[in-house]
Amino acid sequence: MQFRNHEVVGDILALAERYRDEGADELVFYDITASPDGRTVDRQWINRVAEILDIPFSVAGGIKTLKDAEEVLNYGADKISINSPALANPDLINELVKRFGSQCVVIGIDSRDEDNSYRVYQYTGDPEKTKHSGRITANWVKEVQERGAGEIVLNCMNQDGVRNGYDLKQLSEIRSVCDVPLIASGGAGEMQHFADVFTEADADGGLAASVFHKAIIDIGDLKRFLSTQNVEIRI
Amino acid sequence: MAESLAIIDGGGANIASLTFALQRLGIKAELTTDKSVIGNADRVILPGVGAAADAMQRLKNADLVQFIKELQQPVLGICLGMQLMFDASEEEDADCLGIISGTASKFAPAKDRPVPHMGWNKVKQQNDSPLFENIDDDAYFYFVHSFALPVCDATVGMTDYGKSFTAAAEQNNFVAAQFHPERSGAAGAQLLRNFISNY
Repeated sequence: MQFRNHEVVGDILALAERYRDEGADELVFYDITASPDGRTVDRQWINRVAEILDIPFSVAGGIKTLKDAEEVLNYGADKISINSPALANPDLINELVKRFGSQCVVIGIDSRDEDNSYRVYQYTGDPEKTKHSGRITANWVKEVQERGAGEIVLNCMNQDGVRNGYDLKQLSEIRSVCDVPLIASGGAGEMQHFADVFTEADADGGLAASVFHKAIIDIGDLKRFLSTQNVEIRI
Repeated sequence: MAESLAIIDGGGANIASLTFALQRLGIKAELTTDKSVIGNADRVILPGVGAAADAMQRLKNADLVQFIKELQQPVLGICLGMQLMFDASEEEDADCLGIISGTASKFAPAKDRPVPHMGWNKVKQQNDSPLFENIDDDAYFYFVHSFALPVCDATVGMTDYGKSFTAAAEQNNFVAAQFHPERSGAAGAQLLRNFISNY
């Protein structure tokens, strides 16, 4: 339910500049309505983002073909992140890796606890179309790595948007089968949650949206806090 | 007179982020394989992503191998462009330009060290290079690579990833960075500025 009613949070270029200046290590741009609508993102904006950013960024949303990916990368994105299209056509992962290399292929996974195991959901951008993909999360994590994915963003749906902290239990379980960088997503509400996800779930990165968009947490403050919590981080 | 900077077009490499980074420093760069443009440029950048063998083949096709080795102006190799400056890469056993001696070898993956090495890592400065002027020792830079050069005489910056490797190198007019300065925030911008000002 937490995914309903996405908010428009303002001009992406202004946000990108703000996060760059606060010291973000990487930015992810989602068009979460792209897959359910069967349309693709209008990609001109990527070039404008690349023009102002001096940190890596990835683009997620509606990347279904090699041509889509090539366009996104040529506009200056460092990585492409795919979610629903990878579930619909897993061979796409291999094709993207072969063409562009593991380093720029990120797999996004929306996962939640159901019947005592974590399961993958797809088309989570639209509550009407969100459905269980039929896959067990741990198995899918193993499969995408075998297919060459260079990074996994695990969005823990139970926690998403509620700001009660990352799903440390799920992240720890998935960490044990994930040998590529694992980025935690969903649930960050306060600085301690970030410390927890690095020290307890051993995530390689912590992704958050609303707490940064709404200026509840300043990224610079967060990084200074983390450095006092024995988390090695670029200040 | 304005600085002229040529970026060697190795094909396949995404250089949008590099040209934008230079643009932010007020430098307009020309992407080219034209020998007269490269030869007359004040400075040259050799970028590159992808596989070493493919990149060398493209340079051969453009008849640029000997030409690059003989350039007299400052040349900056970035990422694969740095590896190409060395003797060889174990990636498909590619012979490279042979400007600096050393062979790139693949990282051994480990549980807590996935390959490719991807992300921010510290660079320990060596031998007081002007490439790192006004940059803190152990500053973070952004890396994306699976192969790396061992530490050698030309090393001016080194990084640990299971083993120490050459993060930056310098030999005569050739300088090189394994990381991506164009994606390394303020430290990366300073390094590009140093390449323009100090060489």
